[in-house]
Amino acid sequence: MTWLLPLAVILPLAGAGVTLVASRRPRVQRVISVGAVTAQLLVELTMLLQVTANGPMVMHVGGWTAPFGITLVADELAAFMLVVSSIVALTVLVYAISQGMADESETPETPVSIFHPTFLILATGVTNAFLAGDLFNLFVSFEILLTASYVLLTIGGTRERLRAGAPYVVVSLLSSLIFLAAIAMIYAATGTVNMADLSVKLPQVAPGIVATLQAMLLVAFGVKAAVFPMSAWLPDSYPSAPAPATAVFAGLLTKVGIYAIIRVQTLLFPPGSFGTLLMLAALATMMVGILGAIAQSGIKRILSFTLVSHIGYMLFGVALASQTGLGAAIYYVAHHILVQAALFLGAGMIERVAGTTVLARVGGLAAAAPVLAILFFVPAMNLAGVPPLSGFLGKVGLFEAGVEDGRVLALILVAGGALTSLLTLYAIVRVWGRAFWRPVPEVTGLEDESDALQTESGRPLAVRRRAQREAQARVASAEAARLPIGMVGATTAIVAVGLLMTVAAGPIYALADQAAGNLVDRSGYVDAVLDSGVPPPGATGSKNTGAGASVLPTDGAGSSSDAGSAADSGGGEVSTSEAGEASTAGLGSTAGSTAGSGPGGGP
Amino acid sequence: MTSNLVLAVTIGGLFACGIYLMLSRNLIRVLLGFLLAGHAVNLLLLSSGTGGVAPIVGEAKNGEPVADPIPQALILTSIVIGLAVSTFLLAMAYRNYQVTREPEIADDLEDSEYAGSDPSGGDE
Repeated sequence: MTWLLPLAVILPLAGAGVTLVASRRPRVQRVISVGAVTAQLLVELTMLLQVTANGPMVMHVGGWTAPFGITLVADELAAFMLVVSSIVALTVLVYAISQGMADESETPETPVSIFHPTFLILATGVTNAFLAGDLFNLFVSFEILLTASYVLLTIGGTRERLRAGAPYVVVSLLSSLIFLAAIAMIYAATGTVNMADLSVKLPQVAPGIVATLQAMLLVAFGVKAAVFPMSAWLPDSYPSAPAPATAVFAGLLTKVGIYAIIRVQTLLFPPGSFGTLLMLAALATMMVGILGAIAQSGIKRILSFTLVSHIGYMLFGVALASQTGLGAAIYYVAHHILVQAALFLGAGMIERVAGTTVLARVGGLAAAAPVLAILFFVPAMNLAGVPPLSGFLGKVGLFEAGVEDGRVLALILVAGGALTSLLTLYAIVRVWGRAFWRPVPEVTGLEDESDALQTESGRPLAVRRRAQREAQARVASAEAARLPIGMVGATTAIVAVGLLMTVAAGPIYALADQAAGNLVDRSGYVDAVLDSGVPPPGATGSKNTGAGASVLPTDGAGSSSDAGSAADSGGGEVSTSEAGEASTAGLGSTAGSTAGSGPGGGP
Repeated sequence: MTSNLVLAVTIGGLFACGIYLMLSRNLIRVLLGFLLAGHAVNLLLLSSGTGGVAPIVGEAKNGEPVADPIPQALILTSIVIGLAVSTFLLAMAYRNYQVTREPEIADDLEDSEYAGSDPSGGDE
């Protein structure tokens, strides 16, 4: 079944190619992109079932075995993230089609035909990032999804979007450069970029070098995940993108960063290293994010700041590095992907009904669009962590893990998390109360308002149309509040899946916990990728005599780190669980024979 | 492993110039900065491998060191990605010039609003 792994990447990529060719046929484009993402979701569901039953799936692309070739790996964490991300991608796609973003442009020059290919390439990048088994492939996936996101963020090329897009592009470029430099240094230090191989080899490298490499990777991923000192770009750039793009960015892009942090923290580096620093960053991210949200006056900006704030919760779980902490963090990531995407889709509908998302100008929407009110209320309460919902469960899991950890800093973070949760409730209730419950605000005449808007955004035509829509919403007639069925349906679907996280919390939480257990254990992942825990002698022998000469003695003396011992103990005959697939069987046997000669010729 | 001082200084210099240029608001400068810093990273990748006779084709005599092909494969990929990103940056710079008639990214009207008195602005 390992052919499922490349299939999940190829489906959206092929879809992107076909939609690009069919750029003059919007109907064909729509069918193909929805079809590709749906097929991808089915593939990923199968993958998740397989992985939970049989352990990690590994595919060596092109038949080059583990430390040299490109390896695709799906463990529980990756498969679970894939399923959730495809659900979001599918609903956002339906929403975008229904909104008409993909078909008709806001400005006449907009090259709208590129929406579908770009969106599918973004999905390709996200999928590939979750499946990447080596750091360089992870880098390539980041570049794929980032380049697609540059295009989606600046789609239409309006003045405001270019302004908001430029800092995003520059910050992303810089973080990519740091990531690539880190990869170069890791290769220089160890002679491999394969993550399973690194898991075995990094404990042999001097601790100072490892800490430098870890810091570089954490900075690179921290920028992507919008962790506090590197989070300023997010609330600046996200609100100006079109609603579906913002929803998919908020749901997926930051979470890919968090996923990368989880992956390298658990697989490559000593357990719990940089824990204190990560906890401080988590606390600062939570507090700064939510205080920023309270200070804002536009719905999309408030949501962007809560997005930053809640990254802190996930980072908290990662920093604890225990199975309970990681399990809660994984559950929280899935919950937050769904809820944050639903809220941004809701904000997009508010903008459509009311003509604006500036809090001072919206009101009375509960009467004008009752369905929208419910669709916004449920994820809003979920985000704030109101008891029966999944946000509450995730937070309770994190707090339990924090208390279990027992360090003073962990307890402070538990308190900070509770406070952030309450402040989130305040921020989000303020949005709901103003936009939905209060009566329509008394604003000056329509003419003045449209003039004001015109200077603000510099898009007279769109603004005038929007002002008309706004006027209709004022009248609060059912006619004006009618939203396209696809937008409502897509948002309903994503809210329903979010509720499913609550209803089926037992099995889903158990899955997250199982995934966390395998992350803490490492040996299952490493064995599955390397076939046998013994590193093949080829490249490593020459490397060790070169770059790693000074660190070899510590290895010979027997490394005390539990990572090394875990990998060593797993090195025996445990790998029988790995299904020898037809395509890799030949190379696997040769790798086995060379690996077999390893212990004799090595140390 | 002996380090190559010339290479190290070159990489450092390219990084410094590249990052400095990327701090500019002029998108063309950002592009040039990205290219320089990209070259710095590529050289860093190059320096992470060992040098020697061409690998794989089998020209190596007994005991001769063979060049490590993996960094070169990584650099090739990185160059291709750099090309794609440069193309996007060029398109973005041109579009920005079309819209604003200036080579630099415009001021954020909202931010100027916030810097003033009334923070009533918001989205869009």
